[in-house]
Amino acid sequence: MTAVSRAEYCVIACAEAWRDAGEILASPMGLIPSIGARLARHTFSPDLLLTDGEALLVTPDGTVEGWLPYRQHLALVTGGRRHVMMGASQIDRYGNQNISCIGDWTKPKRQLLGVRGAPVNTLNNPTSYWIPKHSRRVFVEKVDMVCGVGYDHAPDARHHHIPRVVSDLGVFDFATADHSMRLASLHPGVTVEQVKEATAFAVTIPNEVPYTRAPTPAELHLIREVLDPHNTRTREVEA
Amino acid sequence: MSDKTMTADEAVSRLESGMTLGIGGWGSRRKPMALVRALLRTEIADLTVVSYGGPDVGMLAAAGRIRKLIAAFATLDSIPLEPHFRAARERGAFELMEIDEAMFMWGLHAAANRLPFMPVRAGIGSDVMRVNPELRTITSPYADGETFVAMPALRLDAALVHVNRADRQGNGQYLGPDPYFDDLFCEAADTAYVSCERIVDTADLTKEAPPPSLLLKRHVVTGVIEAPGGAHFTSCAPDYARDEAFQKTYATTPWPEFAARFLSGDEQAYQSAVKEAT
Repeated sequence: MTAVSRAEYCVIACAEAWRDAGEILASPMGLIPSIGARLARHTFSPDLLLTDGEALLVTPDGTVEGWLPYRQHLALVTGGRRHVMMGASQIDRYGNQNISCIGDWTKPKRQLLGVRGAPVNTLNNPTSYWIPKHSRRVFVEKVDMVCGVGYDHAPDARHHHIPRVVSDLGVFDFATADHSMRLASLHPGVTVEQVKEATAFAVTIPNEVPYTRAPTPAELHLIREVLDPHNTRTREVEA
Repeated sequence: MSDKTMTADEAVSRLESGMTLGIGGWGSRRKPMALVRALLRTEIADLTVVSYGGPDVGMLAAAGRIRKLIAAFATLDSIPLEPHFRAARERGAFELMEIDEAMFMWGLHAAANRLPFMPVRAGIGSDVMRVNPELRTITSPYADGETFVAMPALRLDAALVHVNRADRQGNGQYLGPDPYFDDLFCEAADTAYVSCERIVDTADLTKEAPPPSLLLKRHVVTGVIEAPGGAHFTSCAPDYARDEAFQKTYATTPWPEFAARFLSGDEQAYQSAVKEAT
């Protein structure tokens, strides 16, 4: 078996977000989080609900087990029984996320998607983030438009929780006194210096930084043979 | 019982500049594009458009018809960013009320229920509050004391939606996987114009599909327009999928060239030009 690729470490890091989540909906956005969610469903989180990306709840073999059109999906968000992993065009040290626009909102330099459901997601159900290309353009000092709410903007929000941020360099959490971003693990092959270099704010670096765990042989088999046999994961993160 | 059938041109002739217009569908899915194309053939402008935005927003923005947009996003789905919406935003072409998807839904619910607002746990802490300084909050009167956004009703002068089937009285049926928010758009509007792939007899609506597929009730529908291919190039499952090739043409052709080539004639001319192009 060939060595574990960076993309495969990313799959594991995303899958771990749904460990012990129970009977909730896993909503992955992006290729690697999708593989991660299905890996979790196949292994350590067998009760997870998965969608087909549109209006259906499906089991790993594609059997339809439920109907979840947009408006019910929004009710599921506000009910809290969901853990979403969203993307981010910008994210800052407190986990504020931007997918709306770059520059001044009144006349943006670059118009992006819009806030979408980021405000409702972040106040109601656990929200993690997936960033396939860790850079200073994404990990910014301050986002231009707060779409997803970060810890400094949510002191009284009772259901606000950002469990983790996964990038192609490592895993980050907010387990610091002021809920600012901390390096939780490095993907093997990455150095602390690389993370610092690619991050525009001062991320907290613990004295000892563990490496992201390797997939078990069974997990690696699932990723390579069952969940992503055409190796689409390397489109998001090069091996 | 009243026969509400009319042409797309008749439907848009009842609209006026300055109106607030809700447009159904989602992103690049089941958009009432034949009605949007008919609207583009008029001089109607200065619109407040309320939409889970797709090419409806892109086209109306490119043609300079939008004074104000109320939306959470605009996307072509398989092409994530709507190019004409982006360009219009980047040149400051219209006012924007940018709100969250759930806030949008509750705004429609409020309008449909004749309420001035609905409380929603979304928006607080985000810049939605900064860029919409008119939004107000409300404190729960109960023991929890939580603060919510009081999402104002999104009352519409008119709604435009597209479904798979309808009868002549305005009972509308969707056969795809998602109703989106089309019934809410109709309930939130003073008038609603429903285009459909095919008009059928009332009795035929439930011959091959169950009653829950009857999404739109005739009491909230003003006009019914038979428009085969009326959602093109967006998807209208299960009748047809999104025309990805044509959508790409739309996204990559400069707007004046696209409009001249595809939108200078009537709907039939559009459909013929599409056939020639593919």
